[in-house]
Amino acid sequence: MDFAFTPEQLSFRDSVRALLRRECTPARVRDAWSREDGRVPGLWEALAELGVPGMLAPEVDGGLGMTDLDLVLLLEEHGRFAAPEPVTDTAAVAVPLLREVGGAASERWLRPVAAGAIGVALGLAGAPFVAGADAARLLLLESDGEVHALEHTEVTLEPQPSVDGARRLSRVTWTPSASTRIAAGPVSLRALADARDRAAVGTAAELIGLARQMLDVTVAHAKTRHQFGKPIGSFQAVKHHLADALIAVEMAAPSVYRAAYSLAHAARDRSVHASMAKALASDAAWLTARKALQCHGAIGYAFEGDLHLWMKRTWALATAWGDAASHRARVAATLFAAGGV
Amino acid sequence: MDLTYSDREEAFRREARAWLEANVPREAWPSGDTAEGFELHRRWEKRLFEARWAVVSWPEKYGGREASLVEWLLFEEEYYRAGAPQRIAQNGIFLLAPTLFELGTDEQRDRILPRMAAAEDVWAQGWSEPNAGSDLAGIQSRAVRDEAGGGWRLSGQKAWCTRGAFCDWMFGLFRSDKDAERHRGLTYFLVPLRAKGVTVRPVGRLDGDAGFADVFLEDVFVPDRDVLGRVHDGWTVAMSTASSERGLTLRSPGRFLAAAARLIELARREAARGDVDPTLRDAVVRAWIDAEAYRLYTLQTVGRVARGGTIGPEASVNKVFWSEMDVRLHEVAMRLLGARAELTGSASDAVDGGAWTKGYQFALAGPIYAGTNEIQRNVIAERLLGLPR
Repeated sequence: MDFAFTPEQLSFRDSVRALLRRECTPARVRDAWSREDGRVPGLWEALAELGVPGMLAPEVDGGLGMTDLDLVLLLEEHGRFAAPEPVTDTAAVAVPLLREVGGAASERWLRPVAAGAIGVALGLAGAPFVAGADAARLLLLESDGEVHALEHTEVTLEPQPSVDGARRLSRVTWTPSASTRIAAGPVSLRALADARDRAAVGTAAELIGLARQMLDVTVAHAKTRHQFGKPIGSFQAVKHHLADALIAVEMAAPSVYRAAYSLAHAARDRSVHASMAKALASDAAWLTARKALQCHGAIGYAFEGDLHLWMKRTWALATAWGDAASHRARVAATLFAAGGV
Repeated sequence: MDLTYSDREEAFRREARAWLEANVPREAWPSGDTAEGFELHRRWEKRLFEARWAVVSWPEKYGGREASLVEWLLFEEEYYRAGAPQRIAQNGIFLLAPTLFELGTDEQRDRILPRMAAAEDVWAQGWSEPNAGSDLAGIQSRAVRDEAGGGWRLSGQKAWCTRGAFCDWMFGLFRSDKDAERHRGLTYFLVPLRAKGVTVRPVGRLDGDAGFADVFLEDVFVPDRDVLGRVHDGWTVAMSTASSERGLTLRSPGRFLAAAARLIELARREAARGDVDPTLRDAVVRAWIDAEAYRLYTLQTVGRVARGGTIGPEASVNKVFWSEMDVRLHEVAMRLLGARAELTGSASDAVDGGAWTKGYQFALAGPIYAGTNEIQRNVIAERLLGLPR
C-alpha cells in the first residue's frame, strides 16, 4: 500500500502546468469564446508535441504506452486552466476505446488520433450532446450497445450553444449501418462501459483542477480586496466559506486518483470507483464555484471578470457524463445489490 | 502508487481479524461512560494488551507490535468491523502517548506507557476550563513552584474532562508564569487524580451518562518528573498533541466505514419493511462514499508521512470532515427510523438497541470537542489557505 504519485508523474504534470500557464491564460480562454471552434490557437499542437493525446496508446502506435494514472494529473491541470481542448475525450477516452475495440477501425484511426493529427468526438448513450463534434473529423458513436465510427461528412450537426462559451455542443443525427459499426457484442459493451468510466474520471479530474483554481483566485482576491479597512479574507465569514471549499476538494481528490488507478489496473470495482470520483468531484467543484462567486462579490458576477470562465466550465462538467446524483444511484445499485433498497 | 496490500499487511489483517472474532464479547455492555461499564471496558483493554493488540503501532518494549501506519489503519478497520468495545484508553494512547514519544523523557516513557497500554492507568484530558474552551490560551488554573518539595502546586478547575469521573490520571495545561504573554507561561503537567487536593465531580452528557467530570484542584503537589516538555513551554507541547488528535489517530476511517456498513444494513432492513424514500437512499450512498473518501484521504496522508511529510494544519481538514460526516450519517439513520428514532434502548420497539439515537448524541459532540469546527475552519483558512488573521 503506497498512495503517492511518482516523481516522473509529478514532473510530467509540472511540464503541462507550465505550458498551460503560458499558453492558456484567462485572456486566451476568453478569446476562444468568440472563435468559431472555441479553441486556443496552437495549444492542441503544443500538447500533442508533449505526447498528451496519445499517452494511453501503445508505443507501436505512436503513443507513450502510459496509463490512466499517468494521465489523471494532466487532466487536473487541463481543468485548472479551463483549457478548451478535447484532452479528456481524446486521450482518456477515445484512444483506449479504439485500442479496446481493435480490428480495422483501430488500425485506421488509432495512430492519427493518438498523434493528435485528427480530431475525435464522442457520442455515447446517455449523453444527448456531443462536445467538439464540429471540429472533429472522426465521431465515435454508440447505438444499441454497438460502437460506430463515422467521418464528419456522414453526420448532421445541430449546434446547441452551451453556457460555457468555449464548449461547442451539437446534437448529432446519423444512421448506424454495418459499414459504420466497429464493435458489437460483449467486446463492445465492455469497451463502452470502460469508455463511460474513463469519461467520468477524466471529467472528475478536470473538476478537481477547476475547483483548485477557483479557490486559488478567490484566496488571492480575499487577500487584496479591502473593506472596512481590512482585507476581506480576515473576516471569519469569508474564511469559513473558503475552508469549506478546501475541505470538499481535498476529500474528493484522492478518490479521483484512486479511480484512475483502478482504470489503469482494470480493477473489478472500477465502475464504482469512477462513479464515486465523479460524484465527489462534481459536488466539490460546484460548491467551490458557489463559494468563489460569493467571496468575489460583484466583480465575480461581472462578465468582464475571469471567474465565470472556470465557473461555467464547472457547471458544464459537473453534469456532463452523469451528474453527482446519477453516479450515486449507480453506486447504490452495487451497494444494495443483495438487498434491493 | 500501489493500492494493494502486501502479503505482510494481509497477514497482519488476518491475524487481527481472527483474534477479534474469537475474543470480542457477544453481549452488549453498559457504556464505558458509566461506573459499571468503565470497569468492564478496563478489563477488555487489559485483554487487548495481553494479546498485544492494545497499541499495535508502539515499540514492542511498551506492549506494541511496531506496526506501520498502514497496518494500524488495518487494525482499526478490523476493530470496528468486529463491533469491538469503545476504547476508554483512547485519550491516553492516542493523545498523550504521541506527545510522550515526541517530547517526553525516557524515564517518563518507561514509567507511563506500559501502564497506559494495559489500562492500569486510564488518562483524562485536562485542557478546557470554565473560561477557556475554544480560547484555550485563556487558561487560569495555576501552578506555583514548590522549591522545597521539588515540584509544583496546582490549583484551579478543569472542565468537560472525558470519563474524568473514572480515570486515574489527567494530562493538562496550567499557568506557571502569570506575568507572561497568554500563549507563554503555560506548563504541561501529568496529574494523579487520586492525589490529595483533587476533587472530581461527575457531569452528565447529552445522553445522561456521566461521561464528563469537573476536576477541582486545591494545592495539589506534582513532582518535577511529571512535567512534560519544558517548563513554561506547555503551549508548544499541547499543540503537538492537538495535531495528533485531529490528524490521523483520534478517529480512524475504520470507525466510519463500519458505521456506513451498518447504515446500509439498516437501509436494507427498512426497505424490506416498505419503500425507502429515494432521497434517503441517496443520503445512505453519500454516507458510504464519504467514509470511503475519508479512507483514501487518510491513505494519501500516510503516503505523505512515509516520505517524511508531517501532519500540521491538515489535521483540521480531517477533523471537520469526519465530525460532520458522523453527524450526517447518524441523521440519515434517524430519518430511516422515522417514528422509532426517538426510542431509547429500553423501549421494546427500539431498533438496534437504540444505538442510532445514542450514536447521534455522541456524534453531535464531534464538531465541538478537540477544538470546535469554527476554530478548525479558522486554522484551515489562515494556515493552509494563507488568509490574514
